[in-house]
Amino acid sequence: MSFVTIFYGISFYVATLILFIGLGYRIYEYSIIPSPLKIPTPPAPKTKSGVAIRLFREVVFFESLFSATKWTWLFGWLFHFALLLAALRHLRYFTDPVWFWVSWEIVQAAGHYAAYIMIFGLIGLLARRIFVDRVRYISNPSDYLMLILIISIALTGLLMKWFHTDVYAVKMFFIGLMYFQWSELPSDFILLLHLSLVLLLMIIFPYSKLLHAPGLFFSPTRNQTDNARDQRHISDWAKKLESKK
Amino acid sequence: MAVKEFEKPILKEYTPIPELVEEATSHLAPFKSKEEFQKSLGYPGELVENWQEVALGKMGDLLKKYRSLRVYMDSCIQCGACTDKCHYYLGTKDPKNMPVGRQNLMRGVYRKHFTLPGKFFPKLVGAVDLTKEVLDDWYSYYHQCSQCRRCAVFCPIGIDTAEISMAAREIMDSVGVGQKYCNEIIGKANKIGNNLGLPKPALADTLEGLEEDVEEETGIDVKFPLDVKGADVLLITPSADFFAEPHVDGLIGYAKVFHEAGMSWTLSSYASEAANFGMFIGSYDNMRKLALRIRQAALDLGVKRIVFGECGHAWRVAYSFLNTLAGPFDFLDPRYPVPQHICEVTHDLINKNILKFDKSANDGKVITFHDSCNVARASGMGDVMGGQFSLPRDIIKATTNNFYDMDDDTIMEKTFCCGGGGGLLTDDLIELRMKGAQPRMEALKRVVEDHGVTHMAAICAICKSQFSKAFQYYGFELDQIISLHQLVGDALIMTKK
Repeated sequence: MSFVTIFYGISFYVATLILFIGLGYRIYEYSIIPSPLKIPTPPAPKTKSGVAIRLFREVVFFESLFSATKWTWLFGWLFHFALLLAALRHLRYFTDPVWFWVSWEIVQAAGHYAAYIMIFGLIGLLARRIFVDRVRYISNPSDYLMLILIISIALTGLLMKWFHTDVYAVKMFFIGLMYFQWSELPSDFILLLHLSLVLLLMIIFPYSKLLHAPGLFFSPTRNQTDNARDQRHISDWAKKLESKK
Repeated sequence: MAVKEFEKPILKEYTPIPELVEEATSHLAPFKSKEEFQKSLGYPGELVENWQEVALGKMGDLLKKYRSLRVYMDSCIQCGACTDKCHYYLGTKDPKNMPVGRQNLMRGVYRKHFTLPGKFFPKLVGAVDLTKEVLDDWYSYYHQCSQCRRCAVFCPIGIDTAEISMAAREIMDSVGVGQKYCNEIIGKANKIGNNLGLPKPALADTLEGLEEDVEEETGIDVKFPLDVKGADVLLITPSADFFAEPHVDGLIGYAKVFHEAGMSWTLSSYASEAANFGMFIGSYDNMRKLALRIRQAALDLGVKRIVFGECGHAWRVAYSFLNTLAGPFDFLDPRYPVPQHICEVTHDLINKNILKFDKSANDGKVITFHDSCNVARASGMGDVMGGQFSLPRDIIKATTNNFYDMDDDTIMEKTFCCGGGGGLLTDDLIELRMKGAQPRMEALKRVVEDHGVTHMAAICAICKSQFSKAFQYYGFELDQIISLHQLVGDALIMTKK
């Protein structure tokens, strides 16, 4: 085993643990904190299925953002959609045999072109941060760095089109990590850069604003049913006030 | 203390998104609450010595009690979607009045004291210590938020700045820095039963006067009952309705509706207030205490239904919170929702053909309707989604011939706050109130010019009071703001003597 293989192998284990345990812990924390009052915003559904549809529309179409600002919606939605396509393309590195639909030409090609869309969307978001005075005012260094990090991941991914790497060996490396039968990782510079940036993204996920992903599902203004008059919505800590009397 | 002169905004055709003017309204902050009022609500009388420790302890406590606060501290992407949505930002140009700017005042402290990146890399993520300067900023800018939730409608994650400003006010109260206007009012409501401090004899006197006025005008003996045991309906209405134009015309309208429908109803001197300022200061305890007065009054009077008069945040507390705070109301008639809004009652009676109107009585008026923020964005009406928008409009259309809505971006769930909600309806914040009213005034000006609108109807005591000031300030006529139930009362054909 080369030093590179051992280093990245261990790093991916650590980063995966941080990502899943960290994110799992956040989700656990969110789920045990009560929402003591009903605060859904309109149009507030009256049923649970209505809430599911509302969340679906938020997650898939970014409906609220669309009504707020078309440019941010365009760049943001393109970026997230492209991210999904790119992720699907990458499934071939983690499935053996590759799931049949992942190997479809259309999934692979879409995942490739998605990189360009992703970069376009992210540069749009970066431009807004820089040129719109209101967005510039609220931007911290971490907000710029986050965009630059993801742009770099997309760029280094794309660059491997021209700076060839043995993708089969890469796949074997990841499959090996998954089944604890390690195999060598090619030590091409662009590949290692790409993987390093992804590692960084995995590690900061549970500690950053990327928590907006689980956050949306736990947002009371969006996930509550509008039925306060029909059903009491009392939290445990509020119940204790009642027994005090 | 005299209020400083300030530059009067010029109303434009469409509200432009202003360029930032940093610290434009950092000088604005409401008067602080005196020791006696702080103490009566269970808060320290003045800034406690170890206030940082207490404040951070309180913040940690709230982060465990309110999922909204915790999720909203973590989840903001700083995307900027909300930055041009707040009427106070549009009116004052101060970036700390952008919803995210306001939130970040707390988020910076949260990151510093409750997250790892904030501890290790404060500069990177904008984390700050809770210093006296930060506390002053909190006091200033969390009292420049009317908790209207317009930003929450547009946020892709649904982050609600009202949740954050309520938490901030609760934290500030817990270290002894409270707002005079809200805390004095809560004190009065706790002691006397209403925000104006009207004791029972004064209330009885007022109601008697109203009976005489209505009889003189219509020849019909419309009653305004107080503390009548065994009445069917307990009416809970903002105390402003007892006191001044244009509110009182709304109360007359409710009374006429009850009279014509032959419903037995009563007011309560113990719970003579719909408004619940406990919500504005983010205090579950205080909100609950006030809500329990209503439960007690309903029990004492043995009523079957509870109906709320026209009041925005009161309706939020009533519709969304009352069952939780002071329920269950299993001792009331299960055929009716608890509580009901007066608009639901009137709407229902119109649908059943029990109320008939002579619309021509309102022909001198061309009406538009102002959706009050707490009704529009924090509650509902009837059993349909969006009933809080359609019911009042149905009633207006049933009682008048001339109705025009303002621009789509300024009504229903996108309505602009009047500028005086959230406990800011106080003269020490007059500059903020007038600047915050600007987007609504601009939308109004357009329908006045395009459709000859003469009157704006509203169903919120705060909106009505705020607009009475703002209309004069911006060159409209004072009496152009009216209660929705004034339209009802004026057009109602009274068949019962």
